[in-house]
Amino acid sequence: MINAILLDAKDNVATCTAAAKAGDKIKILGGDEIFCVEDIPIWHKVALKEICKGDKIFKYGEIIGEASSDIAKGGWVSHENIFSVPRDYTSEMI
Amino acid sequence: MNFLGYKRADGRAGIRNHVLILPTCACGSETARIVASQIRGAVNIIFNTGCSDVQANTDMSQKILTGFACNPNVYGVVIIGLGCETVPHNKLRDKIKSMTSKPVVSFGIQEEGGTLKTIEKAVRAARDLAAEAGLQQKELCDISELLLGIECGGSDATSGIASNPAVGELSDKLIDLGASTLMSESIEWIGGEHVLARRATTPELHNQIIKICADYEKHLLAAGQDCRAGQPTPGNKFGGLSTIDEKSLGCIRKGGTRPIVEVLKQAERPTKRGAIVMDTAGYDISSVTSMVAAGCNAIIFTTGRGTPTGNAIVPVLKVTANAQTYSWMADNIDVDLSGIIAGDLTIGGAGDLLLKKIHDVCNGRLTKAEAYGFSDIAVDHVCRFV
Repeated sequence: MINAILLDAKDNVATCTAAAKAGDKIKILGGDEIFCVEDIPIWHKVALKEICKGDKIFKYGEIIGEASSDIAKGGWVSHENIFSVPRDYTSEMI
Repeated sequence: MNFLGYKRADGRAGIRNHVLILPTCACGSETARIVASQIRGAVNIIFNTGCSDVQANTDMSQKILTGFACNPNVYGVVIIGLGCETVPHNKLRDKIKSMTSKPVVSFGIQEEGGTLKTIEKAVRAARDLAAEAGLQQKELCDISELLLGIECGGSDATSGIASNPAVGELSDKLIDLGASTLMSESIEWIGGEHVLARRATTPELHNQIIKICADYEKHLLAAGQDCRAGQPTPGNKFGGLSTIDEKSLGCIRKGGTRPIVEVLKQAERPTKRGAIVMDTAGYDISSVTSMVAAGCNAIIFTTGRGTPTGNAIVPVLKVTANAQTYSWMADNIDVDLSGIIAGDLTIGGAGDLLLKKIHDVCNGRLTKAEAYGFSDIAVDHVCRFV
């Protein structure tokens, strides 16, 4: 069994603490178990639900990027399929 | 909490008592290295700038050089200049003397008639300073005299999940004891700047944090560059960090949770005590350089992928929560925090462990990089050399 760390209830990804192979069961610490659908390297992210192109990716309960393609539940989330969205600094000023 | 340190005339306390051999420019660096190699108790830096620069770059170089000289870990300074650099040795010496009462002497290679003659004079001067430095006794200093620089480098996903929160816990503990901590790497606030800014004690400081990120992006854009092209680094991506936002949200955790009382420009000395942040590059060596110039006594450095880095003036204590990295690079990394991920060490427990380790370093325990004599430095640049 591979463990993955979920950092916030809002998150749609968790961080694998060992390399996972397609077909492995991944135990989400603080959550359910899911099936890994593709090989995921150690410390990389697994999708906890189906993610569509354009969906926001949440880790730490915050947006870490946007999906550039569809990602299956149990799939590998990496720099190949998510990208950083430019910030709107003006709206953050108080 | 107290430590045994070296009280300086300006009221600050050092945790080391180095004689610093300081080049004014790249051309003085090799001579400075040879002088330092002759004297027990002397350290040197290699300086890659100091000449053929626009004013903004000269200003930055001068902030670093004067900041290094004034750092409380330095007992005295031997400056090695060339003669035709932007700020020659006598001017740098006068500037440092106007900022500190510690002993400062200087020599110019062109004036002395070459490197060998300069080395001869500078070695004698450094020998005398090192001899005097040996007489300075350690005294009991309150932990509030500590300014700890907080850095991360070679990050992977374990950094944001485990080692950075542990250092954040250390930072909170130190601030509660009256000490100060300094977190930099403003480019690695991008994506998490709204979270960091919530810790600001005033709306002005809040907006300064946001503006630093906005200005950083604008600065790079003016040169046709995009911060997202260089951040995260290839190593970060390999280690599971996919975007700058993900890296930043992990990075800022190392600063802890206490209110931010001051936002500094790069290499500027703090005027307040507590949690402080500074605008620097995300390039770890450059960020540490700027924090040492700001007067940090020690640096705590988290890594995921592993790094050997050290600084000549200030001990760098390196920690990782990546078990594989620790076992592979134990000769370079001081503290193993992998128990956090294994589930047998809490973040709070890791904070207590780090407090003990930093306390030991303040009392004189050498970090691994320090024992090896490592001296990494990188001075940030506004634009090309001219």
